[in-house]
Amino acid sequence: MSQLQLYLQQPFVQRALLVGVLVALCASLLGVTLVLRRFSFIGDGLSHVAFGAMAVAAVAGLTNDMLLVLPVTILCAVLLLAGGSNAKIKGDAAVAMISVGALAVGYLLMNLFPPSGKSNISGDVCTTLFGGTSILTLKPLEVWLSIALSVVVVIFFVLFYHKIFSVTFDESFAAATGANTRLYNLIIAVIIAVVIVLAMKLVGSLLISALVVFPALSAMRVLKSFRAVSVCAACISVLCAAAGILIAAVAGTPVGSTIVVADMAVFGIFSLIGFARTK
Amino acid sequence: MERNDFNNYSLKLDQERGHTDALLSCWDLSLGYEGKAILEHLNFEVRAGDYLCVVGENGSGKSTLMKTILGLLHPLKGEVLTGDGLRQNEIGYLPQQTLVQRDFPASVYEIVLSGCQGRQGLRPFYSKADKALAWQNIRRMELEPLARRCYRELSGGQQQRVLLARALCATRKLLLLDEPVAGLDPKVTTEMYQLIADLNRKDGITVVMISHDLESALRYADHILHIGSRIYFGSVEGYLSSETGARWAGKGGAEA
Repeated sequence: MSQLQLYLQQPFVQRALLVGVLVALCASLLGVTLVLRRFSFIGDGLSHVAFGAMAVAAVAGLTNDMLLVLPVTILCAVLLLAGGSNAKIKGDAAVAMISVGALAVGYLLMNLFPPSGKSNISGDVCTTLFGGTSILTLKPLEVWLSIALSVVVVIFFVLFYHKIFSVTFDESFAAATGANTRLYNLIIAVIIAVVIVLAMKLVGSLLISALVVFPALSAMRVLKSFRAVSVCAACISVLCAAAGILIAAVAGTPVGSTIVVADMAVFGIFSLIGFARTK
Repeated sequence: MERNDFNNYSLKLDQERGHTDALLSCWDLSLGYEGKAILEHLNFEVRAGDYLCVVGENGSGKSTLMKTILGLLHPLKGEVLTGDGLRQNEIGYLPQQTLVQRDFPASVYEIVLSGCQGRQGLRPFYSKADKALAWQNIRRMELEPLARRCYRELSGGQQQRVLLARALCATRKLLLLDEPVAGLDPKVTTEMYQLIADLNRKDGITVVMISHDLESALRYADHILHIGSRIYFGSVEGYLSSETGARWAGKGGAEA
């Protein structure tokens, strides 16, 4: 316990907690609509795109890779989601295509043109995929950027909550009664891309899907209205992220995996509650 | 091509005068996807208080017609005119159920309220009037005891009533129903038809329904639009005495 208090006084742990909680909150808010639209794997797919873009940025020697990673990821998110239910290549196939393609190109480029000054390619790749400890080494600028983007995402979610609901539940009804579904799909796609680029720092690209999917699915086991599910998913995600980071700091386990295991545990508990209720 | 000449004549007159007092009118409409026409030279109109059933074989373009009326699809030729104070986004639409909805965690109230979304524009929240309208339609569809229940736990007939209440939030005048009894058992089907007939007769709501069920279409509707290789538009009586109608009705209609 005293060890935990000691950790909590460290500014790097405080920063990690703050950023981790905010990013987990954003991911879970969007997770509900993504799971319901059968786009659970978009988190995984887009994070691989971000990984590919990072590799290109590293090869090109860009100092701030965000300038390349964010626009490329947003572009892919728009391509995947803005088509809505009318897209030519449907959801899962499109996500799989973009995700595997970007991963392969990224890894290939890093092998062909090893970035100068870094020799440990597989270590680098492993960190990007699994998150490593990079959340504990955040710079103040990154912290502020994460906070600002998270706040923007949460505000957007609140303002567009009812529109997200109607577009998710029934896109053709929404369009037929005059809602601008293309615009809403576009906004949702951009927000998801931003959240995923942020979340990569936290859990790495392989585990982002967990952040998106688990809180939403856990809440859906038990709750019966869209609003209750959204609020509950957000709470679950925040608690699991905080618990995961603290446990990781104390026990020295990888941050990303610890958060995901916490999310899985909550999912198990909620499934049991849901099962017991139907009995 | 067999048509109801009187109706065509009056439609033509309206067209030439450049206006029409019908809620919906289509003149020489061609529809289809990506330049390929499924249906050509379609003429019909819907006046306030009408109950029109759209019938025809599978693949004859019933759903395409519905999407075109709703403005989800552009016609290849001609246009769908709305009149009598009706705007295109004021059509209450009852779509067929989608896969997404089957396990959707949403309460009945949330879904009915979302029928008001089309009028919202960029306003983020619903007004008191919107919420009152939602409750009014929940009561109208006798859903009050279920209002806080989860949509996925309801029976098929109850789910259709929820979607009908939502459609009523989007319109005061015209309902467009896409096979509203698909997958319902016979008893619930009868109740659903009765509900729709009541909305039409008692509340004066105009109904346009796509249907597979010719027998019920003939019993409840007052106008028939038959599409396919032969097109018929006109009254139910006229349909039965027409060649297309007689053949279809003789076959028992619907699934060929």
